[in-house]
Amino acid sequence: MEKVALAFAVGGLLCVIAQLVVDLTGTNPANVMVLSVSVGAALSGLGIYGPLAKFAGAGASVPLTGFGHSLVQGMLEDAGQTGFSGILSGGLRATAIGLTTAILFGYLMAVVSNPKG
Amino acid sequence: MSAASSKRLGKQTLRFDNPVVLTHASTVVGRKESQGPLGKDFDLVEPDSMVGEKSFEKAEVKMLEEACSLVLGKGRYTAGQIDILVAGDLLNQIISSNYVARTLSIPFLGLYGACSTFAEGLALSGILIDGGYAQKVLAVTSSHHDSAERQYRYPTEFGGQRPPAAQWTVTAAGAAIVEAMGDGPLLTHATIGSVFDMGIKDANNMGAAMAPAAASTIEAHFRDTVRTLDYYDAVVTGDLGIVGQRVLKQLLAQKGLTLGDKHWDCGIMIYDKSQDTHAGGSGCGCSAAVFCGHIIKRMRKGEIRRVLLVATGALHSPCAVQQGESIPGIAHAVAVEYA
Repeated sequence: MEKVALAFAVGGLLCVIAQLVVDLTGTNPANVMVLSVSVGAALSGLGIYGPLAKFAGAGASVPLTGFGHSLVQGMLEDAGQTGFSGILSGGLRATAIGLTTAILFGYLMAVVSNPKG
Repeated sequence: MSAASSKRLGKQTLRFDNPVVLTHASTVVGRKESQGPLGKDFDLVEPDSMVGEKSFEKAEVKMLEEACSLVLGKGRYTAGQIDILVAGDLLNQIISSNYVARTLSIPFLGLYGACSTFAEGLALSGILIDGGYAQKVLAVTSSHHDSAERQYRYPTEFGGQRPPAAQWTVTAAGAAIVEAMGDGPLLTHATIGSVFDMGIKDANNMGAAMAPAAASTIEAHFRDTVRTLDYYDAVVTGDLGIVGQRVLKQLLAQKGLTLGDKHWDCGIMIYDKSQDTHAGGSGCGCSAAVFCGHIIKRMRKGEIRRVLLVATGALHSPCAVQQGESIPGIAHAVAVEYA
């Protein structure tokens, strides 16, 4: 139960930060998403995001910052095993399931729904 | 003073010495507009935003066609009897107007003035009629909330969230027949506006961006015609919204013009606060529908006799803005009055 509460709090806080960026700087949603991935990647490389993910579980891995974290960790793992080419292959390998799921469900939703505003 | 020079007043105003009569007008609006305070003044309501068509763009063309058909019916004219079609809209290549022109097959002059298009169209109609170049002109314009969203922001089908401070593009088409003779209010003057750029890059702050252009055109009109504010029953701007209206009043007060209650804004009039449209309505269809629907009706009833329509346009290009450009504004004024 405590894990659930932590996940909720940390995930929520990451989203609040993103919302503040939208409200206070007028950055458009697409740019905020890219920023989130980039910040997550940077924090991952600096060794900060790893401990956060251990602490908050899905609260850190589900938001887009977690995606940036997966990208960087995948690159580091593959680089450790196959050298330089691992930097190129690792990111997409580690996020393959997430990306495919997003594309698949996005496509299915577009087929069955028709937002009219 | 020669006869030729008296047609130009000052730097920006054109005077129409021959009768230029606005004989018929019609409007087609969407559901939100029909639910607003002016709902009863519109001729036809299309509650389905797609109007039974496959895309919002096709729906906008359909609404324009319906408005043209209605106004031609009121005048008992066929399209073939109209000399020139003057039309514009918000979309790239002004496609709504192009495809209506295709349907009607009337010699066509396409316009782009963003939300100032309807006044620009009436001004051009006045020039054509007064100059003897046409006996009957059909001036039309439209906007559609969802085709505008695709054009300027994100497609509605994308399902993204709107920022809270934005204006709501009006879904409406307005059509007017302007003739060299007939019954109706007269177009007597047109004041052609210049472009003003206040350096505003935020597409959510368009009212404030357009207010200086409106103030400039209004001031030029009164200076050129040597008329005072008392002459008109109302000075009607297109879509300054609540913020823009405030800025306009301040700017005009500095030039000694106090609009007070005589200032009406179509963007504020067309929606009610409960409709969640924040700063108000915008789009070419806004001023066209409010003018062709509500204002003309009140003029015909004799409630108001003399109106200065000042449609304001924010010349927003998403491409230019992405390259770091700001959004300039323009406003055109036409005097519509009973003698």
